[in-house]
Amino acid sequence: MNRFDWLPELANRCQAANIDFTETEGPLGAARQWAVAPSDWGRMAQAASEQGCRWSALWAEQIDDDRLRVSACVCLCGDYLVLRTHVPLSAPELPSQTPWYPAANRPERHARDLYGVVFTDHPDPRRWMRHQAWDKDQFPLRRDFPVAGTVQGETPPDADYPFLQAQGAGVYEIPVGPVHAGIIEPGHFRFQAVGEMVLNLEERLGYVHKGIEKIAEGRDAAGLARLASRVSGDCAVAHAWAACMAMEQAAGVDVPARALVLRAILAERERIANHLGDIGAICNDVSFVFAHSQFLRLRELWQRGNQELFGHRLLMDGVVPGGTAVDLDDQKTDALRAQCEQLTRELNDLLPIIDDHPPLEERLVGSGILSSETARVLGAVGYVGKASGIDFDLRRDHGYAPYDQLHVPSPCQTNGDVESRLQVRVDEIRYSLELIAQLLQRLPEGPSCVEWRNPESGGEGLGLVEGWRGEIVSYVRFDETGHVARFFPRDPSWLNWPALEQLIHDNIVPEFPVCNKSVNGSYSGHDL
Amino acid sequence: MKIWALALLQSTAFVLLAPLFAGWVKWVKCRLQNRRPPPLAQPYRDLWKLFGKEALLSHNASILFRIVPYIVAGATLLAAAVVPLLAVNLPTAAIADVIVLTGFFALARFFLALAGMDVGTAFGGMGSSREMTISALAEPAMLLAVFTLAMVAASTNLSTVIEQVLSDGLVLRPSLLFALLAMCLVAVAETGRIPVDNPATHLELTMIHEAMILEYSGRHLALIEWAAQLKLMIYGVLIANIFFPWGIATTPTPVALLVAVAAITAKLSILGVLLATGESVLAKMRLFRVPAFLLLALTLGFVGLLSHIILEIR
Repeated sequence: MNRFDWLPELANRCQAANIDFTETEGPLGAARQWAVAPSDWGRMAQAASEQGCRWSALWAEQIDDDRLRVSACVCLCGDYLVLRTHVPLSAPELPSQTPWYPAANRPERHARDLYGVVFTDHPDPRRWMRHQAWDKDQFPLRRDFPVAGTVQGETPPDADYPFLQAQGAGVYEIPVGPVHAGIIEPGHFRFQAVGEMVLNLEERLGYVHKGIEKIAEGRDAAGLARLASRVSGDCAVAHAWAACMAMEQAAGVDVPARALVLRAILAERERIANHLGDIGAICNDVSFVFAHSQFLRLRELWQRGNQELFGHRLLMDGVVPGGTAVDLDDQKTDALRAQCEQLTRELNDLLPIIDDHPPLEERLVGSGILSSETARVLGAVGYVGKASGIDFDLRRDHGYAPYDQLHVPSPCQTNGDVESRLQVRVDEIRYSLELIAQLLQRLPEGPSCVEWRNPESGGEGLGLVEGWRGEIVSYVRFDETGHVARFFPRDPSWLNWPALEQLIHDNIVPEFPVCNKSVNGSYSGHDL
Repeated sequence: MKIWALALLQSTAFVLLAPLFAGWVKWVKCRLQNRRPPPLAQPYRDLWKLFGKEALLSHNASILFRIVPYIVAGATLLAAAVVPLLAVNLPTAAIADVIVLTGFFALARFFLALAGMDVGTAFGGMGSSREMTISALAEPAMLLAVFTLAMVAASTNLSTVIEQVLSDGLVLRPSLLFALLAMCLVAVAETGRIPVDNPATHLELTMIHEAMILEYSGRHLALIEWAAQLKLMIYGVLIANIFFPWGIATTPTPVALLVAVAAITAKLSILGVLLATGESVLAKMRLFRVPAFLLLALTLGFVGLLSHIILEIR
């Protein structure tokens, strides 16, 4: 199958529907670009949806004093098509893509809150990222908004968000969060329940909005990589890699082969660490504490290994523009192999217990089912998608270096329940260990980093990396002086948080924690 | 007079040692899970800390909310006074029989459930509703087990039951075996242990007992926690002393009492290990499976009763 062999068909479809678009040449890596007329923005989504494309990302940006550019990214068979359109700042109106892509709901509201882009037929008029830190007629990502913000003193509480209400005998409401009992990030969940049955769950996020997109502006490349490492702390490598990939595209910097392999090793280590922690946490949420402490121990040992080999437990700042800041000598390579062997040995003892433990199975099988159909409509990615039969993995399907040289097995399940999401994680740990072994074998000689040179004016790039949660899309544009003008990291959680609202249907209230943990969306990565 | 002093001493020991038993279970659990355990005295430190802290009250807490901790602690304390820990034939045992004992627990639970709903938070109401669902099934199961005992001994007085079992010697009575099993299941449900509830969880949405007491703090919380530890100990002692009464002092002599102390320590230690092992190998069951679990206890109690009538009445 060739790359983009579906694109002519989509073009025909658009022509038949009289959609005004032109293909533009652009340095957005392997992604193709179409310029779409603003009035056809919504119908373009319809055509893409009929073609079977998955909706992936949306971001806006102010390109000059009186125009906004909105870009949306759709994907089919691992090929990415970026749709772009311009709207005047004085009347930034666009038809919404949400009617055809539910996944676009929150990203469009995000763009509306932060840039003031009005999506005319958007089904949900409520604010999303905006709480009370700025007024509704202020748009923080526009150029005229100060980085420090405008609200002085304490931000008022966000008390009047209109949640969906349920009425009837015996219906009651359970507000949970934003502050939780465990040490986790803040987010609010509003349940409508009858007895123990969940009628509806609504998420309210945005409590950890840090203004990452705003403070990225004006940074140099190294500064942006540092920031990207911190978009979501458990996803430091993948976000930094995606940002660096975008920057390197923009600047035309060729990364040495050794650095690519090192990046992949870091990314796989990150995947293993997080999956280990998640498996333990899922077991803990059904009070199977034995597995919790064992997997916590394994993750701790693994992260100490990170510290020992790469100087940081979470591998932050290992990936830098132009390569990696870390390298492996023979001694470290041996140590890494030994760590992998030890982990494999321990997992061989522990995983059978997880696999075949009736009390655990009783809780996990059949809980929180996300049907394949719903997952497809929502565009779920990563282990959430894979557990529901969506066999998509950027490492294999988009084939970026160094994974294009490797065989990347993708574990796919069909049940879509908590057990499936656990099983995907278990399989991914095993595959990642194999990948690390393969990567170590083909670690090329040479430098691990090349000197960074600033891009020509207006350079832009699109980084696409399979993080441990799934597909990360990272857009970077530089200004004329070589500083960042726009950075938008699309964490996979944007696509997986809505899945949680769906998969909790028909479950009882006490099942929620384990369902939530099995999805484990990032609050920070989503709230930006 | 001396006998009353002994009874008082026994009740005091009960109250003072309850946190130690809870600490022991926690200690064993930690060891079974390859974790470094807290010192055995940790529950005492926690209680001490809580007693020293300010008790915060919600604005819409009624007087009920404030007195419930005392009612719960008082009712549990009375229940403890009825249960023979070291010696039988103490005057306190004659105050109330085993049905009243169940009643004390029901009284404490009733008020705790009210307090859970008093403040009006979603979690409190949720906890109360779940607690009532479970108790509605656990209490009949408990009573059936108790009736089996009562029929064996022809009395509902705990002292008499224990003496009867002692005088029977080492005879395997099917009725008592079934009653024991029923009692163990009820004990797990009533004391909020895995697989029914998890005393160590932080997940509000899955809690039962903890959800009811989420709003409590300071000395109120300390009293409720202490009562919960006491309840765990009461169930432990009931199982240990009714079904395995050997070692309990039948005469109040110093030697017999020393033997009783050693015996109950050994029995509770073993029970604690069993409980901790069970809690380590099991996961919590789905909430809607708990009724089936308690139905099993009820059935076991009923079978115990029947087997007594069919097999043991001559």
